[in-house]
Amino acid sequence: MPERPEFTVVGKGERKVDGRALVTGKPVFVADVRLPDTLHVKLLGSPHAHARILSIDTSEAEAMPGVVCVLTHENTPPTRHTTAGQGYPEPSPYDARMFEDKVRFVGDRVAAVAAETEEIALAALKAIRVEYEELEPVLSIDDARRDGAPVIHDEEDSAGIYDADRNVVADVDIDVGDVSAGFDASDVIVETTCETQYAQHAPIEPHVVYSYLDNNGRLVLRTSTQVPFHARRIVAQTLGIPIRSVRVIKPRIGGGFGTKQEVLLEDVAGLVTLRTGRPAWVGLSRKEEFVASRTRHPMRVRVRLGAGSDGVLRAIEMEAVSNTGAYGAHGLTVLANAGSKTLPLYNKAPNVRFYGQAVYTNLPVAGAYRGYGATQGYFPLETAMDELAERLGIDPIELRRRNHVRVGETSPIFEKLGEGREGVEQTIKSCELERCLEIGAERIGWAEKRGKKLRDGPRVHGLGMTIVMQGSGIPRIDMAAATIKMNEDGSFNLLIGATDLGTGSDTILAQIAAEVLAVPLDRILVTSSDTDLTPFDVGAYASSTTYVSGTAVQRAAEKVRGQILEVASAVLGASAESLRLADESVVAPGGERMSLADVCLRAMYESDQFQIAATASCVPAESPPPFLANFAEVAVDTETGRVEVLHYVAAVDCGVAINPILAEGQMEGAIVNGIGYALTEEMLISSRGRVRNPSLFDYKIPGALDVPRLEVILVESYEPTGPMGAKSIGEVGINGPIPTIANAIYDAVGVRLRETPFTPERVLAAMREVTVA
Amino acid sequence: MTITLTINGRRTTATIEPGERLSDLLRREGFMGVKIGCRAGDCGACAVLLDGRAVNSCLVFAAKADGAEVVTVEGLEREGRLHPVQEAFLDEGGIQCGYCTPGMVISAVDLLSRNPDPTEGEIRRALSGNLCRCTGYVKQIRAVQRAAAAMKGGGTDA
Repeated sequence: MPERPEFTVVGKGERKVDGRALVTGKPVFVADVRLPDTLHVKLLGSPHAHARILSIDTSEAEAMPGVVCVLTHENTPPTRHTTAGQGYPEPSPYDARMFEDKVRFVGDRVAAVAAETEEIALAALKAIRVEYEELEPVLSIDDARRDGAPVIHDEEDSAGIYDADRNVVADVDIDVGDVSAGFDASDVIVETTCETQYAQHAPIEPHVVYSYLDNNGRLVLRTSTQVPFHARRIVAQTLGIPIRSVRVIKPRIGGGFGTKQEVLLEDVAGLVTLRTGRPAWVGLSRKEEFVASRTRHPMRVRVRLGAGSDGVLRAIEMEAVSNTGAYGAHGLTVLANAGSKTLPLYNKAPNVRFYGQAVYTNLPVAGAYRGYGATQGYFPLETAMDELAERLGIDPIELRRRNHVRVGETSPIFEKLGEGREGVEQTIKSCELERCLEIGAERIGWAEKRGKKLRDGPRVHGLGMTIVMQGSGIPRIDMAAATIKMNEDGSFNLLIGATDLGTGSDTILAQIAAEVLAVPLDRILVTSSDTDLTPFDVGAYASSTTYVSGTAVQRAAEKVRGQILEVASAVLGASAESLRLADESVVAPGGERMSLADVCLRAMYESDQFQIAATASCVPAESPPPFLANFAEVAVDTETGRVEVLHYVAAVDCGVAINPILAEGQMEGAIVNGIGYALTEEMLISSRGRVRNPSLFDYKIPGALDVPRLEVILVESYEPTGPMGAKSIGEVGINGPIPTIANAIYDAVGVRLRETPFTPERVLAAMREVTVA
Repeated sequence: MTITLTINGRRTTATIEPGERLSDLLRREGFMGVKIGCRAGDCGACAVLLDGRAVNSCLVFAAKADGAEVVTVEGLEREGRLHPVQEAFLDEGGIQCGYCTPGMVISAVDLLSRNPDPTEGEIRRALSGNLCRCTGYVKQIRAVQRAAAAMKGGGTDA
């Protein structure tokens, strides 16, 4: 692997640049700052899963004292758009309106009231009279696909839906080689179908937007978003106003995980402000967050693997059916990623087919969620690999070794299947999976404990393992830019459109700048995510920030370094090429030094004056995957069916970890989210399409008592195309827990769980089935 | 009605609505470190010390705080110096988005005031009412261990 250079600031577990403000409770979140005269906006949700609004009478509500503005489909722009905050043109269909005379899920937006207080707004919602014509709802994937199913998007003006008459949002079908020939040539074939549930991101801060007019009459949206620039563009489109009249500011936000890659509330807040001239506040309650924000796409995915007796894969077939809910946000791309982020991992298979559809239902709306389809795809893929290992009599680790992609290799899937369209060819330039497997197996005690069915009372222990990958941004689509300008004390302003959701991206991007400019981290002053002040960045999704935004920052810093050396060159009497930066100074070959402060003072005040500053952009040519080996030890209670994860080991290759503490934190958070997804988290939905458990009491996300002994090992590589050798690490961790725990359960009690979450009921039922059989 | 309480060491008189929550009163008084995540006592983001014990302030009537001493995360700093728990959260990487952090820190301060040498299990139990979706708790648990060690060694008035 290429040599890792010596770093000074990169590779250190620096404190987060925003940490002190957060730990002292400074008013840094959207809801923490209010102007006088603010209106409170509440939303009326549909009580029906599928209905047409015959009439809506808001006169009583409007007459209530303190009610200032009521919005419905009758007085708002009808522009079709997507709420998915993706690059333009978005690969999601334009199937949503701000308000509409049709509702498509329980909680779908019917009206909004802006009032002097929240209590008045809530009271006014109750005074809105709506006459509905109920339509037959579509409440499952199978329901959506049957002949004669009700058509959920029967409107004329939607665009980009694959086959609206059949409730199909998107369709993907790609082929490499000849899978049937591959299966014919296989000695062993296994096939498995797995289903994943409706699950929620559950950020501790629900969606919230605050809007106001600045002194020049421009609309300012302070919003809890992962995509400030997409939010600006989509709000302008939806409201029919110029982009230049909108400014989006993302302050600190309380977690996102994909749900804040949606433009959900900005249009309502903005329109209230434009109509009334007053500041407006819209925040979802926890219940609304569960019912009417976004979820992970539930999927049914079938995987068929064919291998020779040598354990080398000959063919892989994956068929995915994805439930996108009532609107098609991310429908195509999440579906495609179920294949594109999984299948290249096993590039030894010459014959690969991926096909599938995303369908509409009258159920909660799915969207982007950390892992983005890959999580759903890895469940059956890694389950099938475990089955294949057993059938072949090969250790599961060894089976992965014989099939996983390596440095210098490629997969035709990279080129065939991209972000809802063709992908981009790439050769793997960094991959430490071998060491990840070795270290992980050793830490979990694979050789000693696997297959031993250790008993502890009624509990049986088992070990499982998987390997997974993700990407680093969307190649040739994502774009990030960074601006750096110098101040006369030798500090620098770093202006980035990149969006820190709590991930620490402000910090790691500052570390990259500090490294190039040879200054301590506190000399880099970060301003991020303000569409007026910072250059464009697509935002925080697709594991793009470290790799894509990081490269933009590195390039901007290198340009600034070049300007600094030019200025110093005249003073130090040496060519710019011979100079270097060290310890906040320019150093000449003879050892003469000029401080950065003096360089900037000269540029500002003394000679050939100019602002030392530069902007640089990055559109990545490829998307190097982070690789992860997962190992889990579980205990399965044979009397109750309860599964406890005792020990989880994650050995991950993310290239150089710009900040190891923050990189570990990304892994730990993603894995624990994944364990919740595997064991306890499930949105329960009634036979009429209503979410039955819309609270953090009834929807169980892991707490401090639920977390196993969790070991994350950063197995460093050097990614030559990445900033400072880095790859991204934001998502990959969440792909591991479901199949790893499923495989460990099988090792313990010999049953395959193919439906998440692995609740005691499901585990017991599966055990009974095996006993009966 | 009017109540008098001490918030972060300052006596405050406040007019409250019947049924008003302590969390809403505190935010109205400008203590934005009190976060709202569920208004149902499930997430712990609004935790404050009420007469020295951590409570979810969304589940406490403001009226109940009449005559009480309330400490929010803003009140932990002493003469510009952070509380050892705050320092430890910064050093260990116990903060990601920071929305759960104030409540988490309050729970940890409460624990260490009662139990200066907690086991890992006791720390987990003390933090179990504070949900965090970012960190996976690993570094938060470690931060409390670090703070406990620092407080034993250094001596603070927490």
